[in-house]
Amino acid sequence: MVYLINIKLREDYSNLIFYLSPLVAVFLTLFFGSFIFLLLDLSPIESFKIFFISPISNSYGISELFVKATPLAIIALGLSYCFKNNIYNIGAEGQLTMGAIFGGGIGLLFNDSTSIFLLPLMILFGAIGGAFWATIPALLKTKFNTNEILTSLMLTYVALFILDYFVVGPWKDPAGYGLPKSMPFPDAGRLPVLFDGLRIHIGVYFAIIICFISYIVYNKTLFGFKLRVSGFSSKASQYAGFKYKNLIFYTFLISGACAGLAGLFEVSGPIGLLYRDISPNYGFTAIIVAFLGRLNPLGIILSSLLIALTYLGAEDAQLFLKIPSAVGFVFQGLVLFFLLGTDFLNKYKVSIS
Amino acid sequence: MNIDLVIGILNIVLISTTPLVLAGIGELVTEKSGVLNLGLEGLMLVGAVTGFITLVLTGNYFYSLFFSIISGVILSGIFAFLVLNLMTNQIATGLALTIFGIGLSAMLGKKFSGTPIEGLNPYYFIVISFLLVLMVSYFLSKTKSGLIVRAVGENHNSAYALGYNVIKTRYMTIIFGGVMSSLAGFYISICYAPMWQEGMTAGRGWIALALVVFATWKPWRLLVGAYIFGGVAIMQMNLQAIGVKLPGQFFNMMPYLATILVLVFISSNKLRLKLSAPASLNIPFEKNQ
Repeated sequence: MVYLINIKLREDYSNLIFYLSPLVAVFLTLFFGSFIFLLLDLSPIESFKIFFISPISNSYGISELFVKATPLAIIALGLSYCFKNNIYNIGAEGQLTMGAIFGGGIGLLFNDSTSIFLLPLMILFGAIGGAFWATIPALLKTKFNTNEILTSLMLTYVALFILDYFVVGPWKDPAGYGLPKSMPFPDAGRLPVLFDGLRIHIGVYFAIIICFISYIVYNKTLFGFKLRVSGFSSKASQYAGFKYKNLIFYTFLISGACAGLAGLFEVSGPIGLLYRDISPNYGFTAIIVAFLGRLNPLGIILSSLLIALTYLGAEDAQLFLKIPSAVGFVFQGLVLFFLLGTDFLNKYKVSIS
Repeated sequence: MNIDLVIGILNIVLISTTPLVLAGIGELVTEKSGVLNLGLEGLMLVGAVTGFITLVLTGNYFYSLFFSIISGVILSGIFAFLVLNLMTNQIATGLALTIFGIGLSAMLGKKFSGTPIEGLNPYYFIVISFLLVLMVSYFLSKTKSGLIVRAVGENHNSAYALGYNVIKTRYMTIIFGGVMSSLAGFYISICYAPMWQEGMTAGRGWIALALVVFATWKPWRLLVGAYIFGGVAIMQMNLQAIGVKLPGQFFNMMPYLATILVLVFISSNKLRLKLSAPASLNIPFEKNQ
């Protein structure tokens, strides 16, 4: 008997499959992940428990989940503006770093301040720093037609060197035993925590507010409509008279500001000072979060929690299973592979006859 | 300026530029067939770590090279399956490959980081890189298969109508690109460094991607571009040696800034870029339309 696989372009667009496929991708990742655990001579069930369940089995763990999910969600929400417009800003890591430098710089400049305005000023400068760093690839794209993928990525390396320069040079803590880190920010420059003794901070509120605003922008405003149109076809948007270059510019600014905000929240929240490794690749991982959330604001919140769990799980896996925490990135890469793969079912109808 | 210094500089430029040439020439062929693979950085890292681990375990350079290449074949094969058969977004898939590669290489290499090995002489690979540029240039311009690759990259629908197998051609070019990237990774961890360290390719995969644009998809220009670039990157050391007073970080960021400048320079002429880029680049081929 001969089986033939028929592949046909879907005529009916299925919302159900569109939103279910991320779940399928997650399931496939877990399935595949168990093979990785088997290869490493570990029991899959035991490993999954350590990876996905035990990290969030107490209030501290749940707080940590939100601490990790907050920057991911904020960056990914910003990136969704770019990706909806088919603009690939992949330099969020650099924009995050610049936000931390700008906002953190304000905190160090006024390091004896007790004013309640210090933190708002730092937050403002964090967003400005990120937006400023995103302006560069945006300008190069609109004025010189330069590929934004490569320029935004190159600028990430540059931003990391600038941060390095500051923490080993002018901003080094004189009382820091020569370590490459700045002085701690004053208390007025620290992000308030939600519960005493836990690290979960008010950045969570920002993530929810940005999610809400994004929902309104995408569904109720002309700007959101323009984004959707130019995402489907940049030609159509030009024929409609939308200024495509402006759209590129604004989407870059928004995503940069969000990334900068996330960077500032990291340094003024959980970290409390500036040093070299302020971000465990949040800027890159947020790309996956945005895609996994289907560029939908609410979806991004959910996917940020899921991906945050891979960070926590990887840390625990390193501690208890003695496997490198980089296994978290392996899972993140896998989930994106599977998500893109399952998109196939969304576009095509497959039948076997 | 004495002759020893000049030779010394040339020597360093030759040694440090070779991985860019290797990865760049592979990606050039891939892009010529109309596929953009942003996963070079991940491919290089996995190639580097597999080569390194195999060498530590077996002590045999041939096995080490072999498994490094196999890693490139497997990973780029997965990429090819996704973008060709499942018609996924090439940019997102390439990014997934990079993130996966960063994670996988770090995971595999953790135990081996810091293990000392005896490096392989880099000069073989310098010669090979030149030969490869020569061969790719000849292949693309003088052979029938090369013409098919270009036809597929310029207009996959016409090429398909003429009876050429678009998917098969692209599988070949993607895997060629993958092998070249893993070779570049092998070179970095076995000849250039020689050691293993997480993320040791330091963005070279991305720079190789930029070089393909700089070269306007022409093999010889890629070679020239890579060496100009290598020269600029090495200049930082010499400027430091001469005694230019600047913090080290500013020298370190020069290669990345140079890449941006070069891209701006080459892209600002919109027409030229449009004429030289393969017309079907980054457009999925859908046979069932």
